[in-house]
Amino acid sequence: MKFQSVFDIIGPVMVGPSSSHTAGAARIGRVARALFGRQPEKAEITFYGSFAKTYKGHGSDVATVAGILDFATDDLRLKDSLVIAREAGMEIQFLLSEQLAEHPNTSRIRLSDKAGSIEVVGVSIGGGKIEMTNINGFSLQLSFHAPTLLVLHKDQFGMIAAVAKVLANNQINVGHMEVSRRDRGGEALMAIELDNETTPHVLTEIRQIAGVLEVSLFALD
Amino acid sequence: MFRNVAELIELAETQGKKISQVMIEAEMQVSQRSRAAIMEQMHRNLDVMEKAVQRGLTEDIRSHSGLTGGDAKKLQTYMKEKQFLSGPTLLNAVSMSIAVNEVNAAMGTIVATPTAGACGIVPGTLFAISEKLKPTREQMVDYLFTAGAIGYCIANNAFISGAAGGCQAEVGSATAMAAAAIVEMAGGTPEQSSQAVAIALKNMLGLVCDPVAGLVEVPCVKRNAMGAAIATVAADMALAGIKSVIPTDEVIEAMYRIGCSMPSTLKETAQGGLAATPTGRQIEAKIFGVPMEPAQ
Repeated sequence: MKFQSVFDIIGPVMVGPSSSHTAGAARIGRVARALFGRQPEKAEITFYGSFAKTYKGHGSDVATVAGILDFATDDLRLKDSLVIAREAGMEIQFLLSEQLAEHPNTSRIRLSDKAGSIEVVGVSIGGGKIEMTNINGFSLQLSFHAPTLLVLHKDQFGMIAAVAKVLANNQINVGHMEVSRRDRGGEALMAIELDNETTPHVLTEIRQIAGVLEVSLFALD
Repeated sequence: MFRNVAELIELAETQGKKISQVMIEAEMQVSQRSRAAIMEQMHRNLDVMEKAVQRGLTEDIRSHSGLTGGDAKKLQTYMKEKQFLSGPTLLNAVSMSIAVNEVNAAMGTIVATPTAGACGIVPGTLFAISEKLKPTREQMVDYLFTAGAIGYCIANNAFISGAAGGCQAEVGSATAMAAAAIVEMAGGTPEQSSQAVAIALKNMLGLVCDPVAGLVEVPCVKRNAMGAAIATVAADMALAGIKSVIPTDEVIEAMYRIGCSMPSTLKETAQGGLAATPTGRQIEAKIFGVPMEPAQ
């Protein structure tokens, strides 16, 4: 079931005009920002399909940048995001792709600063709901509706069990889980949707597991 | 949790509950949140909708492009001053639906129901029918849960966005959701709500998404208007005992298949339909001029 809550249907509360092209675009930007972990110096945004054709009319460009600024879908500053980003010194570049994407409303966002970069692909599936389909080259399918734990780790045996053990010891139930890797034996990304809220010390415990490289936790709204 | 309309209706009828109650209990189970928290969130949504209706009916709303705004007020003035032909509840629903969609086009705050492009129909019918039926605030919130339950079934078995399935998926879903909710508020059975869904959605099948210049304005605002009208009439038909020959879930399935075979030019790409008319193209050129550079 792609849609799990009545508030996916009656909601979100948002600034118009389009739930998929405005609210959804903003949410993809916000996930990118959360995974990057800070305000970027540079944002490169590529629109595909319907996003590429109609972004101007729907304000998808303004909305994506609002998300990158960490604004929620009902934040009235959304309309002025391009100006706010410019004043904050963020360099923004938009690209339109003729390439066929799997879903008509797809955007690719690359955020960077001197310390690093991140590249994500997100799809706006309707009604403001999104799915992130790629994070730094790892293919997956995440809505960030629930608190989502992302663990970048070495692709070796015992990693899933070690992370799961920490969750079990802290009585945290797993709602959904995916593991993706680019190459065998390289790095892998474990994505775990949690049923319960978690505490910072759980993240610290996971960070201490041998082979774990990075840990982050994020949920939309 | 119910997976389609048939299961939803069966749950409601065997347990002697309204659709809204089944939805609230399912939400409690899935989200693990309290009834109070869920009700409070929906009350907040209702408040946002009410403000949007009021803004659209009383303020001078104009979209940035200047293409839409002011029609909700125009209809209200006409209703006060002239002898109008269709009923007051119907025209009120149409006017309030336009009001919310005009606010949306002007980048105002709305609740997506199920999307922003179709955000007029559920609140427009709700506040118009409420003037007639005088429900409590709680019953108005129930209306939104009933609408949400139908939208949930459509979203999980077909689609709810114009980009994915055309306007039939977007305004069509909203119209079906409103029809079911009107039936429940008027005292109809869950089965009658289901019939209203089928009757309403059948009359939206094949509707393409062809926004001029890619804006959620033309023809979206007027499609929200007629969605509200169809929802209201479909509810009346179902309450009269009229049944759809094709079962509700099969109508939803048909909508899905039609959407899949619809060309992408007619799915929110502004490349076909009204968007591709000479006037549509003129408007597009006037508003946007030169497109941005394509990626390599």
